[in-house]
Amino acid sequence: MAGKTKLYYFDGRGKMESIRWLLAAAGVEFEEEFLETREQYEKLLQGGSLLFQQVPMVEIDGMKMVQTRAILSYIAAKYNLYGKDLMERALIDMYVGGTDDLMGFILIFPFLSAEDKEKQHAVIVQKATSRYFPAYEKVLKDHGQDFLVGNSFSWADVHLLEAILMVEEKKSDVLLGFPQLQAFKARISSIPTIKKFLEPGSQRKPVPDDKYVETVRRVLHMYHDKKAN
Amino acid sequence: MSGKPRLTYCNGRGRMEPVRWLLAAAGVEFEEIFLETREQYEKLIKDGVLMFQQVPLVEIDGMKMVQTRAILSYIAGKYNLYGKDLKERALIDMYVEGITDLMQMILMFPFSPPEAKEKNLDSIKERATNRYFPVFEKVLKQHGQDFLVGNKFSWADVQLIEAILAVEEKIPAVLSGFPQLQVI
Repeated sequence: MAGKTKLYYFDGRGKMESIRWLLAAAGVEFEEEFLETREQYEKLLQGGSLLFQQVPMVEIDGMKMVQTRAILSYIAAKYNLYGKDLMERALIDMYVGGTDDLMGFILIFPFLSAEDKEKQHAVIVQKATSRYFPAYEKVLKDHGQDFLVGNSFSWADVHLLEAILMVEEKKSDVLLGFPQLQAFKARISSIPTIKKFLEPGSQRKPVPDDKYVETVRRVLHMYHDKKAN
Repeated sequence: MSGKPRLTYCNGRGRMEPVRWLLAAAGVEFEEIFLETREQYEKLIKDGVLMFQQVPLVEIDGMKMVQTRAILSYIAGKYNLYGKDLKERALIDMYVEGITDLMQMILMFPFSPPEAKEKNLDSIKERATNRYFPVFEKVLKQHGQDFLVGNKFSWADVQLIEAILAVEEKIPAVLSGFPQLQVI
């Protein structure tokens, strides 16, 4: 029955970007409806499409799914990017939890004042280089395989690549001292579906700018006074 | 090889409490190590046991698991509290994530400065009664079943009861207006 998968969000990264990455990695085509006005959002609310009154929302397989993690888990499982058994799924969940925490520091960045941006920049780099990157560097070094889990391409690999690229946008040489991650980045980037997503013209969204911030604040009536971590 | 699951955390609810609830709901006995000193924590880090230098840590089935959601998903999967197929799992995940957002507000509450506490309490009440509880009230009313998903006890039910009780501790009359939830 399924029509195309359809994403409802702003025309920007935010919490929807990881979903775009995973669908792209799985080679799944999707449509997008971009929220630009408060009225659009209220229409979605009134229509009862948003279970907890929030976006992201993804129409997939007859469901109107909300909650980013739930959506990602569903896509990962459906397209065989979630490991072969419960234990591999546990590892993937752990690793994705870490990259999610790291990307969380970057998610709020555009909404901060100039002064707080400076502080947050330092936090992002510090967490990446002293907490998260070393953990994944070690995983790859210990098993010597191409992928994080089960010697097979999974959601964890997609999520880590996304995180690496986002941190590199803040500090381009951040992978110095992480040879495994450098090789990992090159390997995963060259997977055909990922390579395509990284090319211009794909549905990947650019680094958030002031217009994006202004749109989110206008549509949601929120995020006017975020503080650095 | 596996003995009982072993939980390492502070002696309190925090992020470990949903794990305790889920293990208990599944009838699984577990041990706990309580972190009381900085030295204990630093030893764990030095031993390389905490993947991201954080607790909760749950040693289960030979794994040293961190990341609360990963731990909970594993337990739910292992003890058949995760629905019968992908779509039921999707529903459970959606419900659990929503409840977790509400619980996060309660989690942070003790750490808020005294002058912010009343405002935060109002936020918790507002979110519970306007955003989260109505959803589950409606789910239960619409299908008329005893459990949230698939007519079977699942992780979603455990998480919801934990959240209801936690909110009631702050706002005793919060369930008035939610007859379905009262029956839970």
